[in-house]
Amino acid sequence: MYEILAREDFSEVTFLLEVHYPLLARAARPGQFVIVMLHADGERIPLTIADYSVERGSFTLVVQAVGKTTNEMQQNCQVGSRLYAVVGPMGIPSHIGELNKVICVGGGLGVAPVYPQARALKERGAYVIGIVGFRNKDLIFWQEKFENVCDELIICTDDGSAGLKGLVTDGIKRAVDQHQDIDEVVAIGPPVMMKFCAEATRPHGIKTVVSLNPIMVDGTGMCGGCRVAVGGEMKFCCVDGPEFDAHQVDFDDLMNRLARFRPEEKQAYERWAQSDNCRLVQEEPNIH
Amino acid sequence: MAKKTIRNIPQERTAIATQGSKERIGNFNEVTLGYSLEDTLIEAERCLMCPQEPCVPGCPVSIDIPGFIQKICDQDFRGAYDVLAESTLLPAICGRVCPQEDQCEGVCVVARHLEPVAIGRLERYVGDMAITEGWVSEPEIEPNEHKIAIVGAGPAGIACAADMAKAGCDVTIFEALHRPGGVLTYGIPEFRLPNPVIDAEFNKVLELGVKVECNTLVGRLFTIDQLRNEMGFDAVFIGTGAGYPSFMGIPGESLNGVLSANEFLTRCNLMQAGEFPSKDTPLGLGRKVVVIGAGNTAMDAMRVSLRLGADEVHCLYRRTSAESPARVEELHHAKEEGVMFQWLTAPLEILGDEENNVRGLRCIRMELGEPDTSGRRRPVPITNSEFEFKCATVIYAIGTNANPIIGQTSKLKLNKWGYIETDDEQCSSLAGVFAGGDIVTGSATVILAMGAGRRAAQSMKKYLGINDPVDMEVSDPNQRRIFGIDARQKRFARVRLPEQDRVA
Repeated sequence: MYEILAREDFSEVTFLLEVHYPLLARAARPGQFVIVMLHADGERIPLTIADYSVERGSFTLVVQAVGKTTNEMQQNCQVGSRLYAVVGPMGIPSHIGELNKVICVGGGLGVAPVYPQARALKERGAYVIGIVGFRNKDLIFWQEKFENVCDELIICTDDGSAGLKGLVTDGIKRAVDQHQDIDEVVAIGPPVMMKFCAEATRPHGIKTVVSLNPIMVDGTGMCGGCRVAVGGEMKFCCVDGPEFDAHQVDFDDLMNRLARFRPEEKQAYERWAQSDNCRLVQEEPNIH
Repeated sequence: MAKKTIRNIPQERTAIATQGSKERIGNFNEVTLGYSLEDTLIEAERCLMCPQEPCVPGCPVSIDIPGFIQKICDQDFRGAYDVLAESTLLPAICGRVCPQEDQCEGVCVVARHLEPVAIGRLERYVGDMAITEGWVSEPEIEPNEHKIAIVGAGPAGIACAADMAKAGCDVTIFEALHRPGGVLTYGIPEFRLPNPVIDAEFNKVLELGVKVECNTLVGRLFTIDQLRNEMGFDAVFIGTGAGYPSFMGIPGESLNGVLSANEFLTRCNLMQAGEFPSKDTPLGLGRKVVVIGAGNTAMDAMRVSLRLGADEVHCLYRRTSAESPARVEELHHAKEEGVMFQWLTAPLEILGDEENNVRGLRCIRMELGEPDTSGRRRPVPITNSEFEFKCATVIYAIGTNANPIIGQTSKLKLNKWGYIETDDEQCSSLAGVFAGGDIVTGSATVILAMGAGRRAAQSMKKYLGINDPVDMEVSDPNQRRIFGIDARQKRFARVRLPEQDRVA
């Protein structure tokens, strides 16, 4: 269990891990997440499930190396190695209703986790419009996977090196202009992206669902660290979410709370980057 | 020996050594050091061996208290441990964290005239000795066909698991966190309950053949229904606790620097955030800490804050020390260590700076009015008494609510607060599913949860048709001795040789 079966590096910072865990593969539903520990002294980090396969007895994570733990994962999680702990699936699964036409938006880290939703909606017979955003052409991944489950796929790049030049919100604008009968938008990505997706759909009154990613410890409702403000009420993302009505979410509050440990995160990363455990230092090119 | 009377027993309760308050706030070592052998023997003599034995029903797990104290008097410590082990596999833990003053010691006959017998300290002495000496209770277990699932490796689940394993069942505990122990592990700090003590006593449960699966979130990885119908478990016990922390709903609660005592303690105890950055989990504790609430959890949070180097730690409580729900000993220790108590004070708003960090609290002074439904005098705000209080960290220790996961994922009947409904025998609304501890009663104590776990085990045995002739006497002190033999000793089928043979 928890063994890494496959790994794929999408870019210098983004990588995919396929993890062996048959029981979890059976239980997982779109919208859910896991908590991972790298080692006994590690922190518990929440990661949204990007895919799962009962046949392969595995689930997939797409991780971006941003801090100490995710950089350590990038370095150490090679095929054949094992994660120290995986717990999940956590959170309330997405409500995959009888919808006619849906937009699934993924940006940055959110591209992977929106995939299972697109697939599930397609399986329910919905017309699925996928909108995925990347910085440039080289960072694009899973295009074919998305094409297989989307009736239309709009790729957005910041620099226009592929697809539509612009942000995913530009993609939403295009899709909404072309289709007057959109039932729902699902948007997953960085908080600021989700905030602007919510603003893009609000004037049209299209129901919009986002998946939030606050700081968590246990992920079982016990610590309250993941509390988010939704419709003026406090909710615990881990057990009341992670998906909420985007038009009710206070994204500024979420972004403020995500900055809670910024000094500690920086300290931990720098300490690790300078330590013997980090091959960023050790693997400097040999001059001889 | 002459019959013991209130006049001829040692009159003073034997004092217990503690680490000095100045010294101890610089470390996480245990505060209360425990009795020496001599202390133990003197204190044991204070038990009158009264025929009423009010302490036994006073104990939520019905330990034969005079029985184990008599063994101490006989200097048969192994025997004392065996008596304890009939009712609890966690004497070193319970001796430390039980509120004995409200239980066994609260009803002790000696307490009518003198300080009660220090039952908890005696229990701890024997429990500690069992750990040091590596004693194991070796009940002769007759395996049966029944498979039992326990949800949650906290006190309730551990107690239920131990009883079911002794009854011969194949028991598996499922735990959501990466370490077992529940509140013992994530909640109670090292200086009150050292981790090696938890590990040692938990190992005794494993030695009974109980299996533990950590990192398993029941309800989400599989449901209670799947446990019963697909995975072949004949009965399930749910002891998932009440850890869903409460906040007050005042402005400023989402500021950085505001956290629940559960989060604070979980970071410190389970994740060892005090050792950041050599451990990965951060804490971000401010120099000046305010804890809202004055229960045992509040005391733990404050005393941990002091040990992690906070300059000032304040306790804010809207009533007075007399109404504080904390144990007297905890309150006393917190005071000794330098916690400053702001009684009759309630927070109105948490104030933040431009970077969204806590910079203080706006508070109001209270006075006590008429008694409310709980019988405690209700705090009433004093008009025009608002003031600001500078601090960098605010920790909420005002209680918890029911954890929603099992409710979200099963058809179990819940009450209006979300706790699982059970009858007096811990049976839930689903056949074969039992529940106990905080998830039924709301926040209570370790030992009450253990009591519920044991009651659930009784019901489970009844439900499964497991004959346990011993147990009918447990709740009836008059029937406990049959032909001069403690009926409960039958639970341990170990052959007991007569004294003289044993010596030979």
